[in-house]
Amino acid sequence: MAAVTGLEQPLAAAPAARTARPRLWRAAVFAVAGLYFLVPLGASLWYTIYTPTSGVSFGAYGELLTAEGFAGSLALSLGLGLATIALVLLLTLPAMLAVRLSAPRLRPVMEVLCTLPLVVPPITYVAGLGTSLRTGADLLAPTPFWATLIAIQDPAFPVVLVLAYVVLVLPFVYRSLDAGLRTMDVRTLVEAARNLGASWPHVVFRVLIPNLRSALASASFLTLALVFGEFTVARLLGYQPFAVWIVTISGSRGQVSVAVSILSLLLFWLLLLAVSSAFGREKK
Amino acid sequence: MTRSKGWLGALPLLVFYAFVFGVPLVALLAGAFTSRGRPTLDNLRQSLQGGNLTSMAGSVQVSAVVALLGALLGTVLAYAVVTSRFTALRQAVLTASGVLANFGGVPLAFFWVATLGNSGVVSGLLGLPTGALYSFWGLVVVYLYFSVPLMVLVMAPALDGLRPQWREAAANNGGTAWHYWRHVGVPVLTPSLLGGVVLLFGSAFAAYATAAAMGAGTVVPLVTLKIANALTSDVLIGQENVALALSLDMIVVAGLVMAVYLPLQKRSTRWLR
Repeated sequence: MAAVTGLEQPLAAAPAARTARPRLWRAAVFAVAGLYFLVPLGASLWYTIYTPTSGVSFGAYGELLTAEGFAGSLALSLGLGLATIALVLLLTLPAMLAVRLSAPRLRPVMEVLCTLPLVVPPITYVAGLGTSLRTGADLLAPTPFWATLIAIQDPAFPVVLVLAYVVLVLPFVYRSLDAGLRTMDVRTLVEAARNLGASWPHVVFRVLIPNLRSALASASFLTLALVFGEFTVARLLGYQPFAVWIVTISGSRGQVSVAVSILSLLLFWLLLLAVSSAFGREKK
Repeated sequence: MTRSKGWLGALPLLVFYAFVFGVPLVALLAGAFTSRGRPTLDNLRQSLQGGNLTSMAGSVQVSAVVALLGALLGTVLAYAVVTSRFTALRQAVLTASGVLANFGGVPLAFFWVATLGNSGVVSGLLGLPTGALYSFWGLVVVYLYFSVPLMVLVMAPALDGLRPQWREAAANNGGTAWHYWRHVGVPVLTPSLLGGVVLLFGSAFAAYATAAAMGAGTVVPLVTLKIANALTSDVLIGQENVALALSLDMIVVAGLVMAVYLPLQKRSTRWLR
């Protein structure tokens, strides 16, 4: 703080008299906000490393690695995240290119469809999803589809969660890709490449995707962050990825669950940093 | 590629959407309006009575208080950030807001349990009574942790969009600071402000993970907790359809919120080019 105040002096020399009061007011706002936002982080850190009986120790962080279910739930969340990224990009990218290239009338429809999941709170979505899975199992029992329905609910890798997560991240991915596509003239690029004799795969992989790199990166990171933090759908459908696991162990090991929370904030912060640097590069 | 084939690229997404989003919504609607296979309005009636109504009212109250307080505090913080000369501080606050606004859920609950919970680090120092965090205002304090940053993200670009020239123009025409804010500043900011309030309300209203991880449901009735309980408990047969009716109530409220928010968002971007 002292360093920052020192820097300010030469700049503020002239209008010092006029701005003295507002600056005090601003300092007070920053102080209160700093207290409110930093104290819980500091307190949580202290909570994980200090106990009255054994003093300061980083045991909770070591215990974490050996805690039952940690590796399994982490691997499950990572797998779900990667599968969600692959599926959501595979579905939205062709759709958005098709809408831009040859079906512009579908565009408002697409926009509404991709905004709609924001209106439906996750808990209500999973209420509907759970109901349709149960009714579906009853209705489809005599048909071969029944086996499919059971297979996607396999606890080892619940595909149904991937499907649900694609719906939940759809609005964010759509916005991110839309922003990326706005920065270029898709139609002209495609026509130019085709006139020069490029095949369709060549157009997509050598012309369009390189131009969309940062939008794709930010969509992927957002998806990964969202899937890692997701609790509602997984909990109510009865699976145990990372966020659900934290709650499960919080009963017996309070310190470990807070330690995991701190680590996941760090991870989330790094992911968002990656997103913003992906976008920052595009602006240059 | 011919025109007739062009929309085929959108087909997989549309089919996926119809099955994975459309079918659950239809199932929800069908469940909300039937009981043991017969059409009925009983579920909806029950969802607006007794404990269910209390939980809906609790959710609306918490969300409204969080939205208003969060909007006020977030705007003040955003104004302080925008008018600050230190670009490093400004960058730091905006980045932190980006992280915290999206960082809700389970870890947020544990941060506050470790801080102000019954065996929390700070609650001991402050001498807070047992269960203070699990009260109405405790929940508000926790929810503000993601709501205030969200408001900062909404208001910072809007406040940045207030051009100094407008203020100078007002001054040149003999206007005072009051005139400027009354006729220029506040009208330009109003759509962003209202949009922010609505957005904050919506996000607090839909929040489930934080409250569930805190175990706040015992004191503050919340509709999300109510739905989750009805869906996961095996004891209450027939409650499932009431839970679906409650979900429908929630979607109606959230839909109203979005119907207000989206036009406001379009309007607020008009001045910010």
